[in-house]
Amino acid sequence: MTALEATQPGPVRELTGRRLARFRSGDLLVVIAFLVLALIVTCALIPATLAPHPPNQQEITQRLLPPSWMARGDSKHLLGTDQLGRDLFSRVIHGARISLIVGFSALLISGIVGVAIGLLAGYYRGWLDDWVMRLADVQLAIPYVLLAIAIIAVIGPSTVNVVLVLAVNGWVVYARLARGQALSLREREFIQAYRALGASDWRIVLQHILPNLLSAVIVVASLELAGIITLESSLSFLGLGIQPPTVSWGYMLADGRTYLLGGAWWVVTFPGLAITATILSINVLADWLRDVLDPRLKI
Amino acid sequence: MHEPLLLQVEDLRVEFPTPKGSVRAADGVSFRVWPGEILGLVGESGCGKSVTTLALLRLVRLPGRISSGRILFKGSDVLMLPEREMRLLRGGEMAMIFQNPMTALDPVFTVGDQIAEVFQAHPNLRTGDVRTAAAAILERVRIPNAKAQVNAYPHQFSGGMAQRVMIGMGVAGRPSLLIADEPTTALDVSVQAQILDLLRAIRTELHTAIIFITHDLAITAQLCDRIVVMYAGQVVESSSTRDLFRAPRHPYTRGLLDSMPRLGQKRVRLEQIPGQPPDLGALPMGCRFAPRCPRAEARCRAEEPILAPSGDAREVRCHFPLEAP
Amino acid sequence: MWRYIRRRLLLAVLTFWAVSTIVWGLLYLTGDPVAVLLAGTPAGQTDVDQLRRALGFDQPLPIQYLNFLSGAVQGDLGNSLRSGEPALLLVSRRIGFTVELALLAMTLALAVSIPVGIVSAMFRGSLTDRTLMLLSMVGQSMPIFWVGLLMIAVFAVELRWFPAGGAGGIKYLFLPAATLALYPMARIARLVRSSLVDVLNQDYILAARARGLREALVVGKHALKNAALPVVTIVGLQFGYMLGGAVITETIFGWPGIGLFTVTAIHERDFPVVQAAVVLASGMFIALNFLVDLLYGWLDPRIRFS
Repeated sequence: MTALEATQPGPVRELTGRRLARFRSGDLLVVIAFLVLALIVTCALIPATLAPHPPNQQEITQRLLPPSWMARGDSKHLLGTDQLGRDLFSRVIHGARISLIVGFSALLISGIVGVAIGLLAGYYRGWLDDWVMRLADVQLAIPYVLLAIAIIAVIGPSTVNVVLVLAVNGWVVYARLARGQALSLREREFIQAYRALGASDWRIVLQHILPNLLSAVIVVASLELAGIITLESSLSFLGLGIQPPTVSWGYMLADGRTYLLGGAWWVVTFPGLAITATILSINVLADWLRDVLDPRLKI
Repeated sequence: MHEPLLLQVEDLRVEFPTPKGSVRAADGVSFRVWPGEILGLVGESGCGKSVTTLALLRLVRLPGRISSGRILFKGSDVLMLPEREMRLLRGGEMAMIFQNPMTALDPVFTVGDQIAEVFQAHPNLRTGDVRTAAAAILERVRIPNAKAQVNAYPHQFSGGMAQRVMIGMGVAGRPSLLIADEPTTALDVSVQAQILDLLRAIRTELHTAIIFITHDLAITAQLCDRIVVMYAGQVVESSSTRDLFRAPRHPYTRGLLDSMPRLGQKRVRLEQIPGQPPDLGALPMGCRFAPRCPRAEARCRAEEPILAPSGDAREVRCHFPLEAP
Repeated sequence: MWRYIRRRLLLAVLTFWAVSTIVWGLLYLTGDPVAVLLAGTPAGQTDVDQLRRALGFDQPLPIQYLNFLSGAVQGDLGNSLRSGEPALLLVSRRIGFTVELALLAMTLALAVSIPVGIVSAMFRGSLTDRTLMLLSMVGQSMPIFWVGLLMIAVFAVELRWFPAGGAGGIKYLFLPAATLALYPMARIARLVRSSLVDVLNQDYILAARARGLREALVVGKHALKNAALPVVTIVGLQFGYMLGGAVITETIFGWPGIGLFTVTAIHERDFPVVQAAVVLASGMFIALNFLVDLLYGWLDPRIRFS
């Protein structure tokens, strides 16, 4: 041990490497994030039960009512109404579902496909590896928002297409991770031993390389989820994502934009708040997950 | 040993807070260094040797702190110095070199620049042009083509050369005391010998005392005048090199010697000290070495021994020190 | 160093070629490019065939690609389906606006994030640090379109300090730049902090202190220069993303850059324009990354002298 390691003597280093039971303000944040996310997931699961009104019910006489606590507000519409008289509170609740479904679907697809490609590239190397990495580099050279909207322009906006585009956007980071792991492990003695014993490539990859990857993939996935939801709501905002009548927060913002200038700030603020709360909670939990699983991961 | 003591460390304690309470990485460490002598500081990883020397320069990193003790350097207590004077001391009268020169040298500045910093930080080293002075230092440590190498970057040197550069930086301030923290551990054996030569030359030419930290007892035999052995944050034995090798008093020292391969040895297997050093956060009662000591008795497990004089300029921390053979 | 430059340059050129090919290929994603171009419009079979012949889609695929390449090399990426003008020309007229926006946004972002990151790192663990990093995380989590709309709501509608959209003088540039700056500001602040914290844990910092250097020198000279290296790369990347079309910001504020132009073109189904925009933006992104690589190579002596 040198002077440089001597900032903390040997056995002590292990103790302070992980968060312990001591309650810190950082932990409070994690708890709050968890509760917020739980709330959002609940909205996604049982929107009809939680929402006081059907989200698409129009009542022109009740259009652009401010939130209930303000002067012209109505207690029947907690957060006010939009330009077609639809209850904002109910719409915000209903919007959770599509964002989470699209987000998780895209995450799952990009994760599975990305890891699979990366494992193959890293394990087999050769031309497969070269081409995969070049493809990744080329894709990354195109600013991702432009790429996303260009693809949507060709294949048309729909929920499925949005999931597809988001998945295409996200596979690279998993592929790089899996490839790195496969590359570094394939030369290790225990892998070569298994090979010598006649184990098939499938078994080696699935049983020995993949498990080592899992915690890193989980951390990366949680960090990526926020970006996916952001991109989805951005696409919806541009009219190139989730289409009405499906209620999506992004579209609500686009819809309400014109009325903002007329002073109807609530139409835009509450859906935006919902998106921010979702993304922020995910980010906080993702950071916490990384601390717990492996603080040494430089991700 | 006619001159006054250069360094006297008295009962030094360095603590680190942990979730389970305070841990003493250095627990009552005491030793002396005479001017111009080479002192070996030996022990396993985690025994506190590095922390002790960091404390000498007051560079113990937060959250660690020096909780008690005195460090008398040329008569004045280092721990009482204002920070401004401490800075003059560092790199000046007292300097330190590190194990891995590749990481201890800043990769984005030239070696000349970094050596020049020593001169710039110590105005009493009247030098004139710092570049020339830096080149002179490189020549001193036998770097070929010194004038050109002043503008080279650390990564352009081999391990051995880089270590010389670091030694050069260490002696640029003409220190009375040079702390060398495992300077040869990261080097090839052939290069090691050259570095040891260099250190000896420094001691002779500059009358610099050297504290040589290592976990390898064998090297101390070649280089050191005296040796201090540490275990679990305490000094367990100190003695002249010759006496230590001929007749170790502490069972731990005996164990270290036995695990060293030696020329002419008939034994095929090396003896290892069984067990592990104790967890500093959960120290056993009594002697810290007792759990691994082949000679441990009931008293050892109950009562912690103190560091006591044991013969001619020797000290040992043991209830039942080994007898002379 | 020269080998490094050559390699990066070659890579940049090849990447650009590959990107152009992919963008060209986008139209074929659903099989029939003509169907894509005419989607939503009532067109009889004769119209379809006519268009196919006129645009050269009846030729064998390799010939189509060669035509595309030869045209592209001369700067011809097709004509706008709406106005008939060359797509590339139309798009390049708008680039200046986007660059202007991105420059101001990045300047704002750096002006705030670098000091914030340094302060956070120096007072690591303090309340200041934790507050600043929490704010950064919030900033990174706010979707850019919401930020833009909030800016409008507060500064344009409520306070009337700035106009809500359009182009003109710097008055019109400020809100969009501030909106665009928020995410990079937050991201870079966190990066500066973590990079500096990493560096401060390094051996050479301890060695510098052991030489007797003042803390200000240790941090200001040694720590900052080393911490700057990874930050430079990310700043370049973020700037590239901004150039890549600040799409949403421009849409919200009606800022006439290539982002807004692309979105409009999509809604008008003007595909040659869309393709030209993506190719141009990617080209700039690739060029920017190349420059960032050069800069990094120059800053890091391990690359410059190897």
